Amino acid sequence: MPDRSLVHVAFYAALIAVLGLLPPVAIPALGGVPITAQTLGVMLAGIMLGPVRGGLAVLLFLFLVALGAPFLSGGRGGLGVFAGPSVGFLIGWPVGAFVAGLIMRATTNASVLFSAAVAGAVGGILVVYAFGIPGISFMTGLSLPKAAVGSAIYIPGDLIKVAIAAVIAQTIARGLPGAVLSRS
Amino acid sequence: MISVFLSGDSWAHRLPAGVKLLAVAIGSLLLFRTETLWVFLVCLALVLAAYVSLGSGAVQRLRLLKGLSIFLAAILALHWLSGTVMDGVIAILRLCVMVLAASFVSMTTRMDDMLAAVMPLFRPLEWAGFSARKPALGVTLVLRFAPHLMEIFGVLREAYQARTGKRSSWRLIAPFALQALKMSDNVAEALAARGGSQGLTLK
Repeated sequence: MPDRSLVHVAFYAALIAVLGLLPPVAIPALGGVPITAQTLGVMLAGIMLGPVRGGLAVLLFLFLVALGAPFLSGGRGGLGVFAGPSVGFLIGWPVGAFVAGLIMRATTNASVLFSAAVAGAVGGILVVYAFGIPGISFMTGLSLPKAAVGSAIYIPGDLIKVAIAAVIAQTIARGLPGAVLSRS
Repeated sequence: MISVFLSGDSWAHRLPAGVKLLAVAIGSLLLFRTETLWVFLVCLALVLAAYVSLGSGAVQRLRLLKGLSIFLAAILALHWLSGTVMDGVIAILRLCVMVLAASFVSMTTRMDDMLAAVMPLFRPLEWAGFSARKPALGVTLVLRFAPHLMEIFGVLREAYQARTGKRSSWRLIAPFALQALKMSDNVAEALAARGGSQGLTLK
Protein backbone atom coordinates (compact mmCIF):
# COMPACT_ATOMS: atom_id res chain seq x y z
CA MET A 1 0.00 0.00 0.00
CA PRO A 2 1.47 3.38 -0.98
CA ASP A 3 2.26 5.79 1.84
CA ARG A 4 -0.36 8.25 0.62
CA SER A 5 -3.06 5.59 1.03
CA LEU A 6 -1.74 4.81 4.49
CA VAL A 7 -2.06 8.46 5.51
CA HIS A 8 -5.62 8.54 4.17
CA VAL A 9 -6.54 5.36 6.04
CA ALA A 10 -5.07 6.81 9.24
CA PHE A 11 -6.87 10.11 8.62
CA TYR A 12 -10.30 8.47 8.47
CA ALA A 13 -9.51 6.28 11.47
CA ALA A 14 -8.72 9.47 13.39
CA LEU A 15 -11.91 11.08 12.09
CA ILE A 16 -13.98 8.17 13.43
CA ALA A 17 -12.24 8.68 16.79
CA VAL A 18 -12.90 12.43 16.86
CA LEU A 19 -16.56 12.00 15.89
CA GLY A 20 -16.91 9.56 18.78
CA LEU A 21 -15.64 12.22 21.17
CA LEU A 22 -18.47 14.58 20.29
CA PRO A 23 -21.14 14.37 22.99
CA PRO A 24 -24.23 12.35 22.00
CA VAL A 25 -27.18 14.41 20.82
CA ALA A 26 -30.68 13.46 21.94
CA ILE A 27 -33.34 14.52 19.44
CA PRO A 28 -36.77 14.87 21.11
CA ALA A 29 -38.64 14.14 17.85
CA LEU A 30 -36.98 10.73 17.81
CA GLY A 31 -37.95 9.89 21.37
CA GLY A 32 -34.83 11.36 22.95
CA VAL A 33 -32.55 8.50 21.92
CA PRO A 34 -28.95 9.71 22.19
CA ILE A 35 -27.21 9.76 18.82
CA THR A 36 -23.45 9.68 18.50
CA ALA A 37 -21.60 10.80 15.40
CA GLN A 38 -19.24 7.84 15.41
CA THR A 39 -20.97 5.71 12.77
CA LEU A 40 -21.02 8.82 10.56
CA GLY A 41 -17.25 8.39 10.46
CA VAL A 42 -17.60 4.70 9.58
CA MET A 43 -19.93 5.58 6.67
CA LEU A 44 -17.63 8.36 5.47
CA ALA A 45 -14.58 6.07 5.53
CA GLY A 46 -16.26 3.65 3.13
CA ILE A 47 -17.85 6.37 1.00
CA MET A 48 -14.69 8.44 0.62
CA LEU A 49 -11.96 5.80 0.55
CA GLY A 50 -13.59 2.89 -1.28
CA PRO A 51 -13.94 -0.69 -0.07
CA VAL A 52 -10.41 -1.79 0.85
CA ARG A 53 -9.01 1.41 2.32
CA GLY A 54 -12.35 2.24 3.98
CA GLY A 55 -12.50 -1.15 5.67
CA LEU A 56 -8.85 -0.85 6.70
CA ALA A 57 -9.48 2.59 8.21
CA VAL A 58 -12.19 1.12 10.46
CA LEU A 59 -9.97 -1.84 11.35
CA LEU A 60 -7.13 0.52 12.25
CA PHE A 61 -9.52 2.50 14.44
CA LEU A 62 -10.72 -0.66 16.19
CA PHE A 63 -7.10 -1.75 16.70
CA LEU A 64 -6.37 1.50 18.52
CA VAL A 65 -9.47 0.99 20.64
CA ALA A 66 -8.25 -2.50 21.50
CA LEU A 67 -4.88 -1.07 22.52
CA GLY A 68 -6.73 1.01 25.10
CA ALA A 69 -7.37 4.32 23.37
CA PRO A 70 -10.67 5.72 24.72
CA PHE A 71 -11.91 6.47 21.21
CA LEU A 72 -15.33 4.80 21.18
CA SER A 73 -18.27 7.12 21.85
CA GLY A 74 -18.69 7.70 25.55
CA GLY A 75 -14.93 7.54 26.02
CA ARG A 76 -14.93 3.77 25.99
CA GLY A 77 -11.88 1.82 24.94
CA GLY A 78 -9.66 -1.10 25.77
CA LEU A 79 -10.27 -4.76 25.26
CA GLY A 80 -13.34 -4.56 27.50
CA VAL A 81 -15.57 -3.14 24.75
CA PHE A 82 -14.98 -6.28 22.71
CA ALA A 83 -16.56 -8.31 25.49
CA GLY A 84 -19.72 -6.18 25.67
CA PRO A 85 -23.15 -6.73 24.10
CA SER A 86 -22.50 -4.29 21.26
CA VAL A 87 -19.46 -6.17 19.97
CA GLY A 88 -21.48 -7.31 16.93
CA PHE A 89 -21.81 -3.71 15.79
CA LEU A 90 -18.06 -3.22 16.10
CA ILE A 91 -17.47 -6.30 13.94
CA GLY A 92 -20.05 -5.00 11.47
CA TRP A 93 -18.35 -1.60 11.09
CA PRO A 94 -15.39 -2.58 8.88
CA VAL A 95 -17.67 -4.82 6.79
CA GLY A 96 -20.17 -1.95 6.49
CA ALA A 97 -17.44 0.46 5.35
CA PHE A 98 -16.28 -2.14 2.84
CA VAL A 99 -19.79 -2.56 1.41
CA ALA A 100 -20.31 1.23 1.32
CA GLY A 101 -17.08 1.54 -0.67
CA LEU A 102 -18.19 -1.21 -3.06
CA ILE A 103 -21.45 0.64 -3.70
CA MET A 104 -19.57 3.90 -4.41
CA ARG A 105 -17.43 1.98 -6.91
CA ALA A 106 -20.43 0.31 -8.55
CA THR A 107 -22.43 3.51 -9.00
CA THR A 108 -19.88 5.87 -10.53
CA ASN A 109 -22.48 7.06 -13.06
CA ALA A 110 -24.81 8.39 -10.36
CA SER A 111 -24.23 11.67 -8.52
CA VAL A 112 -22.01 11.57 -5.44
CA LEU A 113 -24.95 12.65 -3.29
CA PHE A 114 -27.14 9.75 -4.44
CA SER A 115 -24.37 7.12 -4.39
CA ALA A 116 -23.25 8.18 -0.92
CA ALA A 117 -26.81 8.04 0.42
CA VAL A 118 -27.30 4.50 -0.88
CA ALA A 119 -23.82 3.44 0.28
CA GLY A 120 -24.43 4.89 3.74
CA ALA A 121 -27.85 3.27 4.11
CA VAL A 122 -26.79 -0.19 2.93
CA GLY A 123 -23.25 -0.29 4.33
CA GLY A 124 -23.73 1.87 7.40
CA ILE A 125 -27.14 0.58 8.51
CA LEU A 126 -28.16 -2.70 6.83
CA VAL A 127 -24.79 -4.45 7.05
CA VAL A 128 -23.91 -3.08 10.49
CA TYR A 129 -27.24 -4.19 11.99
CA ALA A 130 -26.95 -7.56 10.27
CA PHE A 131 -23.92 -8.10 12.49
CA GLY A 132 -25.04 -6.10 15.50
CA ILE A 133 -28.43 -7.71 16.18
CA PRO A 134 -27.13 -11.31 16.23
CA GLY A 135 -24.30 -9.94 18.36
CA ILE A 136 -26.70 -8.63 21.01
CA SER A 137 -28.68 -11.82 20.83
CA PHE A 138 -25.54 -13.90 21.30
CA MET A 139 -24.11 -11.86 24.16
CA THR A 140 -27.33 -11.33 26.14
CA GLY A 141 -29.38 -14.43 25.37
CA LEU A 142 -32.24 -12.31 24.00
CA SER A 143 -34.19 -13.64 21.03
CA LEU A 144 -33.32 -12.13 17.64
CA PRO A 145 -36.62 -10.19 17.30
CA LYS A 146 -36.23 -8.73 20.79
CA ALA A 147 -32.64 -7.74 20.03
CA ALA A 148 -33.85 -6.18 16.78
CA VAL A 149 -36.57 -4.19 18.54
CA GLY A 150 -34.03 -2.95 21.07
CA SER A 151 -31.70 -1.77 18.32
CA ALA A 152 -34.41 -0.29 16.12
CA ILE A 153 -34.61 2.90 18.21
CA TYR A 154 -31.24 3.92 16.78
CA ILE A 155 -32.26 3.57 13.14
CA PRO A 156 -33.89 7.03 12.76
CA GLY A 157 -30.68 8.59 14.06
CA ASP A 158 -28.68 6.49 11.64
CA LEU A 159 -30.83 7.72 8.76
CA ILE A 160 -29.98 11.31 9.74
CA LYS A 161 -26.31 10.36 9.70
CA VAL A 162 -26.73 8.86 6.21
CA ALA A 163 -28.13 12.21 5.02
CA ILE A 164 -25.26 14.12 6.66
CA ALA A 165 -22.67 11.73 5.21
CA ALA A 166 -24.17 12.19 1.72
CA VAL A 167 -24.07 15.99 2.02
CA ILE A 168 -20.48 15.94 3.31
CA ALA A 169 -19.42 13.64 0.46
CA GLN A 170 -21.08 15.97 -2.03
CA THR A 171 -19.39 19.02 -0.45
CA ILE A 172 -15.97 17.38 -0.59
CA ALA A 173 -16.56 16.23 -4.17
CA ARG A 174 -17.12 19.88 -5.07
CA GLY A 175 -14.41 21.51 -2.97
CA LEU A 176 -11.66 18.90 -3.19
CA PRO A 177 -12.64 16.39 -5.92
CA GLY A 178 -9.36 14.47 -5.60
CA ALA A 179 -10.30 13.53 -2.03
CA VAL A 180 -13.17 11.28 -3.14
CA LEU A 181 -10.79 8.36 -3.53
CA SER A 182 -13.57 5.82 -4.07
CA ARG A 183 -14.24 7.58 -7.37
CA SER A 184 -10.68 8.03 -8.62
CA MET B 1 2.17 20.56 14.98
CA ILE B 2 2.64 20.40 18.71
CA SER B 3 4.16 17.24 20.09
CA VAL B 4 2.45 15.06 22.66
CA PHE B 5 5.82 13.76 23.77
CA LEU B 6 7.36 15.43 26.79
CA SER B 7 11.15 15.16 26.61
CA GLY B 8 12.81 13.98 29.77
CA ASP B 9 14.53 11.10 31.46
CA SER B 10 12.15 10.09 34.23
CA TRP B 11 11.32 6.62 35.48
CA ALA B 12 8.36 6.59 33.09
CA HIS B 13 10.50 7.50 30.08
CA ARG B 14 12.85 4.63 30.87
CA LEU B 15 10.06 2.02 31.06
CA PRO B 16 9.83 -0.03 27.85
CA ALA B 17 7.01 1.16 25.58
CA GLY B 18 5.54 -2.35 25.38
CA VAL B 19 5.18 -2.49 29.14
CA LYS B 20 3.39 0.87 29.25
CA LEU B 21 1.05 -0.03 26.38
CA LEU B 22 0.24 -3.37 27.94
CA ALA B 23 -0.37 -1.72 31.30
CA VAL B 24 -2.85 0.72 29.77
CA ALA B 25 -4.60 -2.03 27.80
CA ILE B 26 -4.87 -4.37 30.79
CA GLY B 27 -5.71 -1.49 33.11
CA SER B 28 -8.67 -0.36 31.02
CA LEU B 29 -9.88 -3.93 30.72
CA LEU B 30 -9.81 -4.23 34.50
CA LEU B 31 -11.49 -0.84 34.97
CA PHE B 32 -14.43 -2.15 32.96
CA ARG B 33 -14.75 -5.14 35.26
CA THR B 34 -15.36 -3.02 38.31
CA GLU B 35 -18.05 -0.60 39.47
CA THR B 36 -16.54 0.08 42.88
CA LEU B 37 -16.06 3.76 43.63
CA TRP B 38 -12.96 3.51 45.79
CA VAL B 39 -11.09 1.51 43.15
CA PHE B 40 -11.50 4.40 40.73
CA LEU B 41 -10.49 6.97 43.32
CA VAL B 42 -7.32 5.00 44.06
CA CYS B 43 -6.55 4.66 40.33
CA LEU B 44 -7.11 8.38 39.79
CA ALA B 45 -4.81 9.20 42.70
CA LEU B 46 -2.16 6.87 41.28
CA VAL B 47 -2.35 8.40 37.81
CA LEU B 48 -2.23 11.93 39.22
CA ALA B 49 0.75 10.94 41.37
CA ALA B 50 2.47 9.66 38.22
CA TYR B 51 1.95 13.05 36.56
CA VAL B 52 3.23 14.92 39.62
CA SER B 53 6.31 12.70 39.76
CA LEU B 54 7.35 13.99 36.32
CA GLY B 55 7.39 17.62 37.39
CA SER B 56 5.58 20.79 36.36
CA GLY B 57 5.69 20.11 32.60
CA ALA B 58 3.59 17.00 33.09
CA VAL B 59 1.24 18.65 35.58
CA GLN B 60 0.49 21.31 32.98
CA ARG B 61 -0.66 18.54 30.65
CA LEU B 62 -3.52 17.86 33.08
CA ARG B 63 -5.31 20.75 31.39
CA LEU B 64 -6.44 18.18 28.82
CA LEU B 65 -9.13 17.39 31.39
CA LYS B 66 -10.47 20.91 30.84
CA GLY B 67 -11.16 20.06 27.22
CA LEU B 68 -13.06 16.98 28.35
CA SER B 69 -15.05 18.73 31.04
CA ILE B 70 -18.09 19.59 28.91
CA PHE B 71 -18.25 16.02 27.74
CA LEU B 72 -17.92 14.72 31.30
CA ALA B 73 -20.66 17.08 32.48
CA ALA B 74 -22.93 15.80 29.69
CA ILE B 75 -22.36 12.21 30.80
CA LEU B 76 -23.21 13.09 34.38
CA ALA B 77 -26.29 15.05 33.30
CA LEU B 78 -27.56 12.14 31.18
CA HIS B 79 -27.10 9.76 34.08
CA TRP B 80 -28.76 12.20 36.45
CA LEU B 81 -31.77 12.41 34.13
CA SER B 82 -32.11 8.66 34.04
CA GLY B 83 -31.66 8.42 37.80
CA THR B 84 -28.30 6.66 37.81
CA VAL B 85 -26.03 9.42 39.13
CA MET B 86 -23.67 6.93 40.72
CA ASP B 87 -23.11 5.17 37.38
CA GLY B 88 -22.36 8.58 35.91
CA VAL B 89 -19.74 9.35 38.57
CA ILE B 90 -18.11 5.96 37.94
CA ALA B 91 -18.16 6.52 34.17
CA ILE B 92 -16.52 9.92 34.56
CA LEU B 93 -13.83 8.61 36.90
CA ARG B 94 -13.16 5.71 34.52
CA LEU B 95 -12.85 8.11 31.61
CA CYS B 96 -10.49 10.43 33.49
CA VAL B 97 -8.24 7.59 34.61
CA MET B 98 -8.11 6.04 31.13
CA VAL B 99 -7.56 9.29 29.25
CA LEU B 100 -4.89 10.41 31.71
CA ALA B 101 -3.16 7.03 31.65
CA ALA B 102 -3.19 6.86 27.83
CA SER B 103 -1.87 10.42 27.59
CA PHE B 104 0.78 9.55 30.13
CA VAL B 105 2.02 6.79 27.84
CA SER B 106 2.21 9.03 24.77
CA MET B 107 3.76 11.77 26.89
CA THR B 108 6.63 9.53 28.00
CA THR B 109 7.13 7.32 24.93
CA ARG B 110 9.00 8.38 21.82
CA MET B 111 7.29 7.66 18.52
CA ASP B 112 9.91 5.18 17.33
CA ASP B 113 9.71 3.28 20.63
CA MET B 114 5.94 3.16 20.25
CA LEU B 115 6.35 1.81 16.72
CA ALA B 116 8.80 -0.84 17.83
CA ALA B 117 6.47 -1.97 20.59
CA VAL B 118 3.48 -2.54 18.29
CA MET B 119 5.49 -4.10 15.49
CA PRO B 120 5.54 -7.74 16.69
CA LEU B 121 1.73 -7.82 16.52
CA PHE B 122 1.97 -7.47 12.76
CA ARG B 123 4.59 -10.14 12.10
CA PRO B 124 1.91 -12.45 10.67
CA LEU B 125 1.30 -9.89 7.90
CA GLU B 126 4.84 -10.43 6.65
CA TRP B 127 4.16 -14.11 6.15
CA ALA B 128 1.40 -13.06 3.78
CA GLY B 129 3.76 -10.76 1.91
CA PHE B 130 2.69 -7.40 3.42
CA SER B 131 4.93 -4.93 5.18
CA ALA B 132 4.54 -5.16 8.94
CA ARG B 133 5.76 -1.58 9.34
CA LYS B 134 2.81 0.15 7.81
CA PRO B 135 0.10 -0.79 10.32
CA ALA B 136 2.41 0.39 13.09
CA LEU B 137 2.99 3.69 11.33
CA GLY B 138 -0.77 3.92 10.79
CA VAL B 139 -1.39 3.59 14.52
CA THR B 140 0.96 6.43 15.39
CA LEU B 141 -0.49 8.56 12.60
CA VAL B 142 -3.99 8.13 14.04
CA LEU B 143 -2.81 9.00 17.54
CA ARG B 144 -1.35 12.21 16.14
CA PHE B 145 -4.21 13.04 13.77
CA ALA B 146 -7.00 12.73 16.32
CA PRO B 147 -5.97 15.65 18.58
CA HIS B 148 -4.98 17.70 15.55
CA LEU B 149 -8.42 17.28 13.97
CA MET B 150 -9.98 18.49 17.22
CA GLU B 151 -7.71 21.53 17.09
CA ILE B 152 -8.77 22.35 13.54
CA PHE B 153 -12.42 22.09 14.52
CA GLY B 154 -11.82 24.12 17.69
CA VAL B 155 -10.23 27.00 15.74
CA LEU B 156 -13.11 27.03 13.23
CA ARG B 157 -15.66 26.98 16.01
CA GLU B 158 -14.02 29.85 17.88
CA ALA B 159 -13.95 31.93 14.71
CA TYR B 160 -17.61 31.11 14.07
CA GLN B 161 -18.49 32.02 17.65
CA ALA B 162 -16.68 35.35 17.32
CA ARG B 163 -18.57 36.16 14.12
CA THR B 164 -22.06 35.04 15.05
CA GLY B 165 -22.23 34.55 18.81
CA LYS B 166 -23.56 31.06 18.23
CA ARG B 167 -21.57 28.12 19.50
CA SER B 168 -21.48 25.75 16.59
CA SER B 169 -23.20 25.00 13.32
CA TRP B 170 -23.45 22.43 10.60
CA ARG B 171 -21.92 25.13 8.38
CA LEU B 172 -18.55 24.31 9.94
CA ILE B 173 -18.56 20.78 8.52
CA ALA B 174 -17.50 21.74 5.00
CA PRO B 175 -14.53 23.99 5.92
CA PHE B 176 -13.51 21.45 8.54
CA ALA B 177 -13.54 18.55 6.06
CA LEU B 178 -11.64 20.53 3.45
CA GLN B 179 -9.00 21.91 5.86
CA ALA B 180 -8.51 18.52 7.51
CA LEU B 181 -8.14 16.73 4.16
CA LYS B 182 -5.59 19.34 3.01
CA MET B 183 -3.69 18.71 6.23
CA SER B 184 -3.62 14.96 5.56
CA ASP B 185 -2.24 15.66 2.06
CA ASN B 186 0.52 17.74 3.63
CA VAL B 187 1.34 14.87 5.97
CA ALA B 188 1.50 12.45 3.04
CA GLU B 189 3.90 14.80 1.24
CA ALA B 190 6.01 15.30 4.35
CA LEU B 191 6.21 11.53 4.76
CA ALA B 192 7.29 11.11 1.13
CA ALA B 193 9.85 13.91 1.51
CA ARG B 194 11.43 11.99 4.38
CA GLY B 195 11.82 8.84 2.34
CA GLY B 196 8.38 7.34 2.96
CA SER B 197 7.59 4.60 5.43
CA GLN B 198 10.59 2.64 4.11
CA GLY B 199 12.84 5.49 5.23
CA LEU B 200 11.96 5.13 8.89
CA THR B 201 14.86 3.67 10.79
CA LEU B 202 14.20 1.33 13.66
CA LYS B 203 16.52 0.67 16.53
